[in-house]
Amino acid sequence: MSAEIKYIDEPHPVSGLTNSKLGIWLFIASEIMLFGGLFSSYILLRVGSAEWPRGASVLNVPLATFNTIVLITSSVTMVMAWASLMKNQFNKYRFFMAMTILLALVFLVVKGFEYHAKFEHEHYPSTSVFYALYFTLTGLHGIHILGGVVVNSYFLFPGTKLWKTNPKQFAGRVECAGLYWHFVDLVWIFLFPVLYLL
Amino acid sequence: MSHHDHHEAAHELSWIQKYVFSVDHKVIGIQYTITALIFLFFGFCLMMMMRWQLAFPGEPLPVIGNLFSDSTMPGGVMLPDFYNSLGAMHGTIMVFLGVVPLSVGGFGNYLVPLQIGAPDMAFPKLNAASYWSYFIGGVTMLSSFFVPGGAANSGWTSYPPLADIATTGQTIWLFGMVALITSSLLGSVNFIVTVVQLRAKGLSFFRMPFFVWAQFVTSFLLLLAFPPLEAAGVMQLMDRLAGTSFFLPTGLAISGTPMAVSGGGSPILWQHLFWFLAHPEVYVLILPAFGLVTEIIVTNVRRPLYSYRTMIYSVIFLGFTSFIVWAHHMFMTGMGTTISNFFQTTTMIISIPSVILLTVLLLTLWGGSIRYTVPMYFALAFLPMFAIGGLTGLPLGLTASDIHLHDTYYVIGHFHYVVAPGTLFALFGGIYHWYPKVTGRMMNRALGKIHFWISFIAINGIFMPMFIQGIAGVSRRLAIPNIYEHAQAVQGTNVFMSCSAWLLGIAQFIFIYNFFMSLKTGEKVTSDNPWDATTLEWLAPTPPPHGNFSKEPHVYRGPYEYSVPGEKQDFSPQFVA
Amino acid sequence: MEPITYGWGLPPNLSVHGPAIDHLIIVIHWFMAALFVGWGAFFIYCLIRFRKRPGHSAVYESTHSKLPKLLEVGVALFEVFLLVGLSYPIWSKYKNQPPAEDQAVSVRVVAQQFAWNIHYPGQDGKFGKSDPKMISGGNPLGLDLNDPAARDDIVTINQLHVPVHKPVIVHISSSDVIHGFNIPVMRVKQDAIPGMSIPVWFEATQTGQFDIACAQLCGNGHSMMRGYLTVDTPEAFNAWVADQEQQLQPPPIAPAPAAPAPVTPGSEG
Repeated sequence: MSAEIKYIDEPHPVSGLTNSKLGIWLFIASEIMLFGGLFSSYILLRVGSAEWPRGASVLNVPLATFNTIVLITSSVTMVMAWASLMKNQFNKYRFFMAMTILLALVFLVVKGFEYHAKFEHEHYPSTSVFYALYFTLTGLHGIHILGGVVVNSYFLFPGTKLWKTNPKQFAGRVECAGLYWHFVDLVWIFLFPVLYLL
Repeated sequence: MSHHDHHEAAHELSWIQKYVFSVDHKVIGIQYTITALIFLFFGFCLMMMMRWQLAFPGEPLPVIGNLFSDSTMPGGVMLPDFYNSLGAMHGTIMVFLGVVPLSVGGFGNYLVPLQIGAPDMAFPKLNAASYWSYFIGGVTMLSSFFVPGGAANSGWTSYPPLADIATTGQTIWLFGMVALITSSLLGSVNFIVTVVQLRAKGLSFFRMPFFVWAQFVTSFLLLLAFPPLEAAGVMQLMDRLAGTSFFLPTGLAISGTPMAVSGGGSPILWQHLFWFLAHPEVYVLILPAFGLVTEIIVTNVRRPLYSYRTMIYSVIFLGFTSFIVWAHHMFMTGMGTTISNFFQTTTMIISIPSVILLTVLLLTLWGGSIRYTVPMYFALAFLPMFAIGGLTGLPLGLTASDIHLHDTYYVIGHFHYVVAPGTLFALFGGIYHWYPKVTGRMMNRALGKIHFWISFIAINGIFMPMFIQGIAGVSRRLAIPNIYEHAQAVQGTNVFMSCSAWLLGIAQFIFIYNFFMSLKTGEKVTSDNPWDATTLEWLAPTPPPHGNFSKEPHVYRGPYEYSVPGEKQDFSPQFVA
Repeated sequence: MEPITYGWGLPPNLSVHGPAIDHLIIVIHWFMAALFVGWGAFFIYCLIRFRKRPGHSAVYESTHSKLPKLLEVGVALFEVFLLVGLSYPIWSKYKNQPPAEDQAVSVRVVAQQFAWNIHYPGQDGKFGKSDPKMISGGNPLGLDLNDPAARDDIVTINQLHVPVHKPVIVHISSSDVIHGFNIPVMRVKQDAIPGMSIPVWFEATQTGQFDIACAQLCGNGHSMMRGYLTVDTPEAFNAWVADQEQQLQPPPIAPAPAAPAPVTPGSEG
């Protein structure tokens, strides 16, 4: 018997999932626990603190709103990229994948400007627990965005070799990257009101 | 399928690809096992040094003491900071670099694919990444002994603010933990997917060996409990490196000097996040051991489990409940009665499935025909040892009795009975039991029995007196054990315990000798199934080749069909039609 | 006053609430012993009776008797009894019904590396304000001496004096890391957590001098963080208080401490 691992490109008849899709869902479950731990910390620290600044009064809401739109759009282009693969339109896939990466980079650049403005006003993580949470949460989220950019770039350039040999598996991988990407967007959808509005 | 063609060329892999950067679950399992055994022995050496200080406080450690620098053991006398480093690193190494990697990384990796009839783990490359991440984490941890101020010295629990203001070793500890957590996450995703997706035909969930169930539940605990600790680790790193105050309240003063931080944080927050991981972690330490013990006992009792399903339901229930008991580690932090009553109640509830697991194994013995093999010695010893460990959890889990026993040696005795003569004995049993499958040779029986008896007596000699010390009220983590009057009264036990510890250390050389010599001189096994067992790993050739099975296995029955009436042999393997 | 001796069992109990705790510990240990001996006897019996030997073979069917289930239910019920009958009431009574402040001696204990700062409110019965910014070597509590309530406050290091047969409420806190305030003979244990002040109480039944121990790892001096509890007769206690009051010279207004290098995380050697 060769060392052939099943359900790499075909879904398992009972679970209905390929290995990598089940894997990515489990990974997202653990990521939920990671951010869940941080959000719980946020609640505990905020409840226990004497004073807490209103996010809108110290953070740049318009910029963050813009970034929210950017990320949501990138989620849409990510879906379009995967849908193009399903319709066998590889060039369209490339376009939408590139768009997704570009939007992610826009998000990071805007975030960079936001950080820069904070530092100029001498607001650092050490300034208060609010800023500590702001920088840690958004920073960790930023690292996740960066991770997504790396993965998506892989699927835009060297990873496409798989498309020629096993298009099904390639589409499956892109779908997993998409699930991760939607999750990262979702985290931002939580972060935005929690930090900027409440 | 064309894209799998490269697997056919497996035999052409270079030595490095085959044995170092292998993606074969068996090689990775062996890598985990060897690395973890080395770490276990190293962690134990740290403890043997601490036991000198505890038995003869302030006296220079002969010979070995002179090998250390003046910042750790000037003139061979152990400084308190070094003692604290040894304690913190002993805990960290034993838990995160020893027991879990051996039971989950080693046994889990080697056995789970074999026992479910799969050719490998679902994600072989991820599996290798998990091992190497563990390796990097381990090396990072060890490197911290060589930085100024020494290794982390705030306990394996790393409670802030102490850990926030500790020396650089703590930062390295945190980075090491991040690598270890990554390794665990990759591993647990891999295990769950493997078990869900790659079971052989006919192997339904309720036909899986109990060990696979134990690993399956363990993986969920690792997957969901570790991330909050990672969050806490990130926050502690921020506190240490970016000057934040996540765990530092307002108005701290260190050595009479106000601290230059913003404050506003909470030291208790760390404890919640830490124990949210670390209590499930206790079950991560014990469940795979329970799995190994079950396999060994059933094989050597020659009859089915008393109640297979009860065990499965108990282990699932344990898994769930382990997420809602964490704050019983924090009864003395001044929590309100409602919260503490909730947690002491859940703690009593979680003791029920543990009692059930133990009772089922005991009842399985009734009506058996017990073969006293070396692994069976260890597996049987596990039962009373785990019983002591479990029972002594009761007075700690009830808030009122915990007032006196909290943070005393009673706690140390309690969890060591669970993990040392409990889990470690199960792991030793596992090594003796599966050694013939991995190597094709038996380990020496006589040496195995000597190893068992000395270890069994010595390990009880270490931990039993801890209950006496704990009842007497001696605090844990004391670098000088005999300052207080109530501690002086039981100081004599420390000498006895230390001698037992050193005896236990010496006994391990018998095991090490046996482990390596049997590779060459051990009795060769004549069949792929030397123990007449029923589960799938005994169908595979010995040692199993790349891809594990000669042809795809098919499963026809439950895992423990021994002494079925009307059958010629006293075992009916899962894989025989 | 009988001299107390320490041995291998529980340390002598000299508090009013202690016997209930000891009773619980003893009951649980009898329960544990009964279970362990029962299991152990069954275990050893099985090991001998069901050993492999010629002419003996294993039985496939399990002998299902009701006994194990009954035993399991029995264990569960006993645990319910431990909870509802013993642990809840003892803990609730101890935590929720502390003695009234006006009928007790009130003390603050602020732990630091590696000493216990004991703070008595003095004759006015009010603790003076303390401000962490005023903490210095000579003023470990950061007591604000401009506060009139602070002028008569008594501060000692490692010396906790209390009268016998009178409840004592101790407000426990810490100025640096987490410590564990532990008086074994009084069955008192409470984490001292910076940023929090947590009350515990006890009532001593016998005079004498006893150890205050640290229960929580707090740094390299953890094992040497020994304090002393002196339980006096009411007369001796009053005399001690008066003596302490007398030693209080009108303190000079504390100047701002010469600013030493501030401590930042990770920098302590």
